[in-house]
Parts: sequence; structure tokens; C-alpha cells
Amino acid sequence: MTSDSDGNQVPRLELHGITKIYPSVIANEDVSLSVKRGEIHAVLGENGAGKSTLMKMIYGVTRPDAGEMKWEGEVVHVENPAHARSLGIGMVFQHFSLFETLNVVENVALGLPGNPDLNQLAEQITEVSNRYGLPVDPERLVHALSVGERQRVEIVRCLLQNPKLLIMDEPTSVLTPQAVRKLFDTLRQLADEGCSILYISHKLDEIQELCHVATVLRDGKVTGDCIPSEETPKSMASLMIGKELPVPEHNAPVELGEARLQLKRLSKKSDDPFGTELQDIELEVRSGEILGIAGVSGNGQQELLYALSGEEPVDDAESIVICGKPSGRDNPHQRRISGLGFVPEERLGRGAVPRMSLTENALLTAHHAGMLKNGMIQFDKIADFARKCIDGYNVKCGGEEHAANSLSGGNLQKFIMGREILLTPKMLVVAQPTWGVDVGAAAFIRQELIDLRNEGTAILVISEELEELFEISDRIAVIANGRLSPVKNLADTNIDEIGVWMSGMWDQESAAEVTSHA
Amino acid sequence: MLRLERRPEASHLMSYASPAIAIVLMLIGGLLLFAFLGKNPIEGFKVFFINPISDLWGLSELLLKATPLMLVAVGLAIGFRANVWNIGAEGQLVVGGIAASAVALYFQDSEGAHVLILMIIAGCIGGMSWAAIPAFLKTRFNTNEILVSLMLVYVSQLLVSWLVHGPMMDPDGFNFPQSAMFADSALLPLLFDDGSRVNVAFVLAIGALLAGYIFMFRSFAGFQMQVAGYAKDAARYAGFSAKKMIWIGLLSGGGMAGLAGMSEVAGPMGQITDQVSSNYGFAAIIVAFVARLNPVGIFFASLLMALLYLGGEQAQQYLNLPSSISLVFQGMLLLFLLGSDVFINYRLRWNREVTA
Repeated sequence: MTSDSDGNQVPRLELHGITKIYPSVIANEDVSLSVKRGEIHAVLGENGAGKSTLMKMIYGVTRPDAGEMKWEGEVVHVENPAHARSLGIGMVFQHFSLFETLNVVENVALGLPGNPDLNQLAEQITEVSNRYGLPVDPERLVHALSVGERQRVEIVRCLLQNPKLLIMDEPTSVLTPQAVRKLFDTLRQLADEGCSILYISHKLDEIQELCHVATVLRDGKVTGDCIPSEETPKSMASLMIGKELPVPEHNAPVELGEARLQLKRLSKKSDDPFGTELQDIELEVRSGEILGIAGVSGNGQQELLYALSGEEPVDDAESIVICGKPSGRDNPHQRRISGLGFVPEERLGRGAVPRMSLTENALLTAHHAGMLKNGMIQFDKIADFARKCIDGYNVKCGGEEHAANSLSGGNLQKFIMGREILLTPKMLVVAQPTWGVDVGAAAFIRQELIDLRNEGTAILVISEELEELFEISDRIAVIANGRLSPVKNLADTNIDEIGVWMSGMWDQESAAEVTSHA
Repeated sequence: MLRLERRPEASHLMSYASPAIAIVLMLIGGLLLFAFLGKNPIEGFKVFFINPISDLWGLSELLLKATPLMLVAVGLAIGFRANVWNIGAEGQLVVGGIAASAVALYFQDSEGAHVLILMIIAGCIGGMSWAAIPAFLKTRFNTNEILVSLMLVYVSQLLVSWLVHGPMMDPDGFNFPQSAMFADSALLPLLFDDGSRVNVAFVLAIGALLAGYIFMFRSFAGFQMQVAGYAKDAARYAGFSAKKMIWIGLLSGGGMAGLAGMSEVAGPMGQITDQVSSNYGFAAIIVAFVARLNPVGIFFASLLMALLYLGGEQAQQYLNLPSSISLVFQGMLLLFLLGSDVFINYRLRWNREVTA
């Protein structure tokens, strides 16, 4: 940094009285904040608090209805993202803006002015991604990338443009603890180089560790500013949600019942040339336990989930046994009849149809639960079901007739989770239960999973958030490179060991153990 | 500068306003077209759009022409809602007409209702079997149903041409490429005895619209098809069979097109020629989209499209214009519809000055 003191420099970004009104909701009201050069500034708030809208206005995606934005002391009206980029503003979105049919380097090239040389760009991508600990292969097609990998592409894309202000919307939710460390080093390095960072996250411990200043939003308004290092996660959470944060109660393990899901040497070649091949996965999930599978995204989680749900059946029926029934060849509907419930990672477009109402979305998987009569839909019954789901799972929405895409991510997740739980599955498979969900909703969802386990349901959670798995699981395993590690009781392991396993190195360790016992 | 900007959400209003805008633009385009052709636009408009329906006979002709359009469009809409793109209804209509004619000619000397019932069944099965070809190829080999169904249109036209020049040709027909006239038992009963040509096929078409409505909005199968159309991954997640939807989508379109073919040969034609269809199979695609794939809309859009047919005939008679003018109107309607559909997801914005 060239300036000798933070006090007398012009702030890089200043917002004064920013207001944005949508037809049905006030997204931001009189929001003011100021970001200094080289400052890592957190914006905290629950889903729907207006964080994303505010960031979109800074990045020129939408325009404020009132208020003023100053960039390095000058009043600016950011016209569009290209204009924002020309000012030196980069943004990593929570929902990625990548073209699925193009590869990484082509996607990056699209965001750049002019007609860049792709080979040269690929080298730059590799260089930046290595430097910042964000490995991406420039030649891979985006549709074959997992959520975590796509996010890395977005981050790298921004870093390539040497931004003066980097906006990061929930950037760490799909990274390993080690990768989060590396990213934080990167961000600190960027900040030291003078880049300002607006950091949106719901992970309070991260904000506390990383950010210099925090602005808290609630219902579109600033409810407070704080210095995170002088607060506790609890005090920040109460600023954010306006009340104390519930902590999930994890009772002692209940009596384990029969095996509800058995995987026997489950192997599957991937149709996608860049996909991960599943190799000899052995697993048993029993009634009354939550088994967590950790891992860095792109290590076979998607392939395993598709095989488990039946969206991509496997050839060997015996390799997947659901509640005693060999189900490898069954389709998702048949597996649901066998007692499987499944909450996928993608909520819009897979777990729910964006344009359809919540009632119709309830019908998506609940149709066999007495919702049909002679092939005709019983609309009153399905609406009752949807309402039960909305009330029971605290889904904030305009009503069951509203479209799924009108809900925030967290509320839609609660709805999908509620729908699957109301169908009383014997075996529930959940992918990324709280990805991109605010703390309040995440705590609620975790508590629901624990309650369900206490009632005797077998639950398999595949998540890239280690703290979450450690919070709710009874046993834990790691998937790396399409292989599954041994399963450990939570009490017998710790985050560090699982973190090491996430890079695929459990064989050496167990081999060493065997020799030492010999 | 004016530019297109993506709307945050698709405009519900615009999706219904768009067909109306397209119709208005088509009318304006028509007036300009008349003017360029050296006709008085007001006179042209009157001849094209008012004259055909200015008396009872005209109205009855409107219903007659709208009947096959309603049948085909409702069948196609079922598939279109699931993104099953059957573009070959024209061919399925022809084959349905052939099958119904075969029954009629076989029972040339029979009396009784069984002839018509068998013809209806044969028409449907004929159309369905023609649609089954792209369905089978798509589910088995993942071929593109748009191409296969479209190419089969030309095959069907050659087939009917060969039949009416050969096996189905009227032996006493002076070598004209047409079959013998059907017996009365093979003709659909007329609805009115005032000389108009509207027959019970119109009632069948209304029934098909009702059944289509119930299927689309009340049945679980219709729901499954809509899910597949909106979000393929969600349909797979729910465990809906993609193959089943391809089959339902193509067979419903084929069956209804076949029935429409039957209603033509057993209705206004009373025989089969190599001109079975008057482009109804293609016009019905436009009808389905103008109607937003909704049976209520299909009823009105079919009447509009039928008016374009009648207007073309009038223009030929009184304005000395080629009858293909109605194809020009159809084309304009589709073009303007696709154009205004852009504004369902986008809106126009003035670029404000960039003050950096």
C-alpha cells in the first residue's frame, strides 16, 4: 500500500442512501456504506435481507431508484457490468453466470473486452489458478464441472482482470478447509496489494477471521456496523437475525436399527469424459443414524448421487440395496416407493420446477401419496400438502400458489426438504443441505435432519461443508477421486484427519496403522 | 440508444398480449401488402376479413375450415408442452386420410354407422402409426423428431399420390388421380340442413378440445408432460419417463391429425385425392403457438386461421390475387408472433448516458 494511513484517503467506494424498490418488495432502503482501499468489508445478512440486490447495483446489473454511488470520490452511475469492470469492479456471483456448453477458457474470454488469444488466456488461467490455490482445467466444459469447480472459474475470471474492488457472494461454501485457508491468503494478499473486497457470507467465523469491517443488513436496511474481531459470532448473528441463534440439539446416538441403504461394490463409469468414475463403493446406512460424506466437489459426489437417486441407474441391481430391495436398476419413482427420499443439490430446475407453483412442485414427488384419483390430480389434496409443508417447515412465501422461482434459495430448500420429509422416507439422501442458505434456515434444516434421525430414519448427507457434517453426523466418510474412505465414528476422528483424507490419502494412513499393530 | 434488456422475470402479461400484438401487426402488414400490390387497402381488408363471414354460409364455412385445425392443433399442443416437436402433422393427416379412405372404399356397399366408426378408428390409427416412426427412432436412437417427422410429410404425399394414381383410383374416373366418391354411409352427417357443409367433425373437434383441456390441466400425465417441458432435470428427478412423454406427445399429435384427415375425406371432399390436406398440418402449428398451447386459445386461433383461408379464396376471386396470399398472411402471423414473443423475456430500454 502506498498511502501511509487509512484515515486521510478517499474511500474507494461510497454508497449514500441507496434505495431499490421492486414491485412487491423494498429490497434496499437508505443503505449507506463506505469501503476503503485495501479493506475487506463484510456484508452480513439473512437471505432476502437485500445483500445480493445491493451488490448487483454496485456491479451495474440493476440500478438504484434513489441514492448515490461514489467511486474513488467521483459520483458514478454504473450502467452495466461491462462499465463496472472498466471501473475496476469484479464480482463473483452466488449463482454462476457461465455458459454450460463452452469450456472454461471460452467462458473467461467472453467476459473480456476484444478478442483474446485463447491459448495465451489458458496459460494465464492456469497461472492465476495456481497462484491462488484454485485449480481449474481451462479445457474442461463447464457443464461437466461441479458447483465448487464452477465457483473457482468465477473467482479466477475476476482475478484475471486485476480488480480494484472484488465482490464475493458466499465464496467459500464449497471449498475444503485447506482451500478456504488458501483463498483467505489470496484475499489478504489482494487486500495488501490495495484491492478492496466486499465479502458476503453467512459464515460468521470466517467473517471474523478475515474481514476488517462488517455492515449488517436486515430487511433491506443497515442495522449496524461492527468490527468483526471485536464481536463474537453469536453477537453478529443476533445483529443479523434480530434474535438469538438456535443451536441444534444433537442427542446421543439412538438405537441403531436395520440397514436401510447398502452399497455393495458400487462402480460406475461416467458418461461424461471429464466425470469421475465410481470405484467399488461399500457403504451401509442404518436406521437412526446420520452418515456424512465429505469431500471436495468434483470427486464423484454427483455421480454417486445420480446413482443413488436412480436418475442414472446402474447395471448391477444388487449393488444398491434400498430397505432390503435390490434397486440398482430402478428409476427414481420406484426407489421412492421402496422408501427413498432424495433432496438434490440443485433446487431450481431439478428439485423444483422454477415456473410452477409450490402446489404443483409438491406434486412432483408426492404424487403417489394419495394425490391422484384415476390419473386425475386431486388439487385440493395437493394444495393441503403444500400448505402443510409451508407451515411445518417455516417456508416464507406468498402462498402455495406462488412459483418456486419467487422463493429465496433457503426457503425453497426448506420447502423441498419438507416435501421429502412429509413423504416419510425410511432412507433420506440429502446433498448440500444448506448450500447458500442463511444461518437461520441452515440451523433449522440441520435440526430437522437430527429430529428425523431420532425418529429412526436413516440419513445420508453429502456435503462439502465440513463443519456441518461434524455438527450433525454420527459417522463420517470421505469421497475422493470416486473412491470412498473407511467410515469413522465422529468421536474417533477430527476435522484435520478428514481434511487430509479429502485429498484421497487414507490408504497410507490405514496401511501405517496396520503395520504398527502388527 | 435502444437496446434489449432481459426481464428479471418472464412477463405473464406479455405472453398473452403477444398473440394479440402479432394479429394487429399482421393486419397492418396486410394493409401495406394490399397497397403495394396496387389494391385499395380498405377494400382489400374488407374482402379478405369481412366478406367471408358476412353471411351464415360464410360462418358455416369458417367452422368447417376451423375443424381440422382445432383437431390437429390440440393434439400437437399436448406434445409441444413437453418439448416434443412434432412438425409432421401434415403427413400424419394424409396417412389418416388414406386409412379412413381405405375403410370407406372397402365398405362401399355397406350401410350402417359401423362404417364411420371404423373410419374414425382407422384415421386415428393411421396418423398415430405415421407419428410412431419418429417416436420409435427418437426413443431408440435419439434421432431428432423435428427432422424425421418433417421428412415423413413428403413421403406421405408421395404415398397418397401413388395410391390415387394406382390402387385407390376410381375405375370409372376417367383416369383422374382420385378415388371413387364415398357412399353416404361413409360421409359424416351434416349438422344443419340449410345447405351448409359443417358436419359432426366440428362436434368431435370441440370434444377433442375439452378432452385436451382436461388432459393438460387436470391429469397427472399432462402434468408430467408440462414438467418435462419446463425442466427436464426435474422430470428425471421425479422419475417421470422421458420415453413415455415422447410417445404420448407424438401419438396424440398423430392421432388427432389422422382424425382430421378422416374428417376431410369423409367431410367436404367425400373422396380421396392427392390434395387431402390444404396445409392444415402446418397451419395448425401456428395455431397452437398463437393459442399459447391452450385449448381455449386453440378454439379462437383456429377460427382466425380459418378466416385467413377463406380470405385468401375471396382475394383470389374479387381482388385478382393468387390464393397463396393466405400463406403470406400465415407467415406474417408466425413471424410477428415470434418477434413479439421476444418481449416475454426481454424489454426495450433506452441506454442512458454513461457518466463515468
